[in-house]
Amino acid sequence: MEIVVASSVGVLTAGGVYLILRLRAFPVILGLALLSYAVNVFLFATGRLAINAPPVLQLYSEATYSDPLPQALVLTAIVISFGMTAVLVMVALGAYLEADHDEINMDSPNTDEDMSNKETGA
Amino acid sequence: MSDGSTLLPLIASLPFLGALVPGIMIRAGRNACATFTAVPTILALVLLGLMAPAVLRGETLQAEIMWLPQLGLSVSFFLDGLGLLFAGMILGVGLLITLYARFYLSGDDPMGQFYTYLLLFQGAMLGIVISDNILLLLIFWELTSLSSFLLIGYWKHLPEGRQGARMALAVTGAGGLAMIGGMLILGNIVGSYNLTDILAQGDAIRASEWYMPALILILLGAFTKSAQFPFHFWLPHAMAAPTPVSAYLHSATMVKAGVFLLARMWPVLSGTPEWFYIVATVGLITMVLGAVIALFKDDLKALLAFSTVSHLGLLTMLLGFGTEKAAIAAVFHIINHLTFKAALFMTAGIVDHETHTRDIKRLGGLAKLMPITAVIGTITALSMAGIAPFNGFISKEKMLEEAVHTVWWENPWLVPAVATLGAVFSVAYSLRFIFHVFGGPVRDDYPSKPHDPPFGLWAAPALLTVLVVGIGVMPFLAEPIVNIAATAVTGQETNAYLKLWHGLTPALYLSIVAVVGGIVLLLLHRPLDRAWLAAPRPEAKAIFDALYAALARLSHGLTDGLHNGAISRYLAIFVTATVVMGYFAFTSGTLSPPSRDLLPIPAVAAVGWLLLIVATGLVVINHRNRFRALILIGIIGLMVSGGFVYLSAPDLALTQISVETVTIMLLLLALYFLPKDTPKESSTGLRLRDGAIAVTAGAGVAGLAMTFLMRDFSSISDFHLANSYTGGGGTNVVNVILVDFRGYDTYGEIIVLGIAGLTIFALMESLLRGPAGARLKAQPVPPDRSRDRHPLMMVVATRAMLPIAVMVGIYIFLRGHNQPGGGFVAGLVISIALLMQYMASGFAWTQSRQRIEYHSMIGWGALIAGLTGVGAWLGGAPFLTSIYGYIKLPMIEKFGLGSAFAFDLGVFLTVLGAVMLMLYSLSRIARYAGETVNVEPMDYDPSLRVTDSKQEET
Repeated sequence: MEIVVASSVGVLTAGGVYLILRLRAFPVILGLALLSYAVNVFLFATGRLAINAPPVLQLYSEATYSDPLPQALVLTAIVISFGMTAVLVMVALGAYLEADHDEINMDSPNTDEDMSNKETGA
Repeated sequence: MSDGSTLLPLIASLPFLGALVPGIMIRAGRNACATFTAVPTILALVLLGLMAPAVLRGETLQAEIMWLPQLGLSVSFFLDGLGLLFAGMILGVGLLITLYARFYLSGDDPMGQFYTYLLLFQGAMLGIVISDNILLLLIFWELTSLSSFLLIGYWKHLPEGRQGARMALAVTGAGGLAMIGGMLILGNIVGSYNLTDILAQGDAIRASEWYMPALILILLGAFTKSAQFPFHFWLPHAMAAPTPVSAYLHSATMVKAGVFLLARMWPVLSGTPEWFYIVATVGLITMVLGAVIALFKDDLKALLAFSTVSHLGLLTMLLGFGTEKAAIAAVFHIINHLTFKAALFMTAGIVDHETHTRDIKRLGGLAKLMPITAVIGTITALSMAGIAPFNGFISKEKMLEEAVHTVWWENPWLVPAVATLGAVFSVAYSLRFIFHVFGGPVRDDYPSKPHDPPFGLWAAPALLTVLVVGIGVMPFLAEPIVNIAATAVTGQETNAYLKLWHGLTPALYLSIVAVVGGIVLLLLHRPLDRAWLAAPRPEAKAIFDALYAALARLSHGLTDGLHNGAISRYLAIFVTATVVMGYFAFTSGTLSPPSRDLLPIPAVAAVGWLLLIVATGLVVINHRNRFRALILIGIIGLMVSGGFVYLSAPDLALTQISVETVTIMLLLLALYFLPKDTPKESSTGLRLRDGAIAVTAGAGVAGLAMTFLMRDFSSISDFHLANSYTGGGGTNVVNVILVDFRGYDTYGEIIVLGIAGLTIFALMESLLRGPAGARLKAQPVPPDRSRDRHPLMMVVATRAMLPIAVMVGIYIFLRGHNQPGGGFVAGLVISIALLMQYMASGFAWTQSRQRIEYHSMIGWGALIAGLTGVGAWLGGAPFLTSIYGYIKLPMIEKFGLGSAFAFDLGVFLTVLGAVMLMLYSLSRIARYAGETVNVEPMDYDPSLRVTDSKQEET
């Protein structure tokens, strides 16, 4: 099972990194979403894996529990990463609507074209 | 007055407080402005006078206020003899300059500004000389650079003023940076940044292997500030400043800061061969070089500027000798140079003011036209030349006396010979100042007809001239202050016998040689001047400018190369660097053998894993088709939630799946307005490079995860498991951690989430008002848009589901403390229920039925959570301590209730408000993009159709 979790984290990270290196805003957002999964699962895994041992106390019987602390941290991380994604989407959307393209690099050919157009237009 | 030390911080802050005044008082007129500028200076002088008797008795006054004790930084001041001497000079000359500037500045100059800068400078300078903490001293040191920049560039309309100010700032600022390094080294050697501690540790510092770097760095600071060779070039360029500034900064105070520092650090740094050879040699070169150049300058102020360079070199050389007598001579000459040089600058200013020129070749014969100015100028220039019976004579004698006793590299005559050469030129340029300006016949081609200025303008230089003569004739008057200051410099009791007549000493013969040589040089000035002008000389400004431009080009190149606006590049560099650092950390550390057995992989987990891997691969391959990629992301999210279920994290699974839902909705909304495809624009090489980076990073993370999954280590989790029920009153440990153990973190997180929601709202608001809003309105409606946008089935289904979904949400919220659930999940579930209404019946219809603003929901949430925390204070417990008890209400069973419940309510409200505000903000775009406003819940309402047909029948 450990191999399953570790390889999933690895694959999600690789996919996320590849996508954040793309040149347009939307793939970068997707990449960040993948990276969020990877990071959340990674953090969760720092508590090690346990099956059938949720951290809900059994008051009247002996039981083993999985590590609750990473779970609490990851729970808020999931919600915060949603907030981050939302802000990012908003920024990307705003940039696209203002500039009419969703490129993220300032030196890409289309941006230069826009600038030169503006200069000649003015 | 037993102990005046408490007044020290007050003295230091008076000029800064006073700096606020001139800007206001200038409205009351120029006289009022000047008067009010003088008040803080006079007050500070009076306070200094109160403390002076104690210092003259040999006491050192100290005052300390803690500032940042962790950094060893405190606001501490001390006043010893050296500090008293300098503080007196700074304040005294400051007062005279205030008076002089009142009459010097013309009506067009903004006088309030001038006095504000002047007081700022005075405060910074005062801070340097009475700081007892070297970090504090460095702050004041930089402040003098900044305020002198403002003063030199005071005439903003003059390019020379701006360039001179910039050059002064660049050179002294760079030296200041070097000095910070040196001071930090000193502080490290001693283990304290307090000057008094450092001064007591001279032996340890000189023995340290860090002595040499510290010495060089500190000397860089001192030499740049005091315009020592080869950094002397900025001082003449700073002469573009108004003359009161030149008189104050470049004769009396700022340039002396470097000399002050050499004197202050004298007990610690001096006495080594390194000190002697660097400091004395640089001083000697500067003294001669400055004197030679001064002779050939036609601009009065340039002549005085190079003469100042020369005299600063003299002071540096004396301190460099490292002997007690030389230190006494240096302290005495500091006083003398101040008196005659400030007066000379003011005289040059008067001449400039009256004749409208400072060119010596256009002047001459002014003695008859301006007798008072001529007397002042002649006496002070004779003192500068070192001619009896003026004070300059005595200190020059002492300098030559010390030079005679100095052996440089086993060579007994080199230093006296070169020093005498400097004195020869010194006499020559001083006499030139007298004879070529005031002597000779009256001319008829002055740019303006000169006559003596009003009293206000010549009062200050006249007072200084009285001092020049007074100290010269009765040198014993200066003995107490020279003694106490020299004691502070050398760290031991000194006794300066100041006399006009020392008898027939070698120094006297050298003085006679200097005077005769100077007269000869002056007589030969015309041919010499021609030869000087014809000879090629290195132009310091051109060299400086070339260096400056080269540095600017270098930094441009670096910045543009590294920071070219391509975020893809930064991210690639960042990921690669992280992987490389991780690799080094991994290979250089130690690792215990694996201690955990692998868990078995059941078939269902294998299927989920396969789905996740395939979906991730497909997202990467298909990312250009954005809609498809989004669907695939949903699969990944589901698999991750499933994994959480299987691996005993029910709370995470609940959160993940509800966040997944809102995230996909959000991205769908955004995608509606974004391009549907990503163009293929990266080259194969780039994709291969990115692929390599991504695979390496993924492999690294997977390896790291595998490594710690195989090993046991202890954490604080057991504490949480043991105390969750007894301390937090809940059996769901994850929820108890969120609302109790780590409640403060959660509180911060909901506030962040609320801020994110408000940010999105604000961004959308400004976006829709800008050009983007107009562009949206102009967008054509896509032809393939559905005609039945609010379908009947969906409207009915969501309507029926709303109460059920809300009930589920409340249930999840209430059971949260003991079973999986809680405020976070409940907020997400209810927001999904509400979102369904938006999707089914459209924006306007739903919005018109909304009763509570999402903004206020966020606010109430944060407020309730915060007040719950504050409530703990009432019980005398720290913020967010929870209480727990059982409550019995009629009709239902006894149940447990804690303050954590209220906190979780705050979390719930904030999450609900923030999520709704985010999605609501995004969906507002739709209205701008030609979306029709629907007032009906659905496009096609069959019930209306029934009533319509009934009406038709009737």
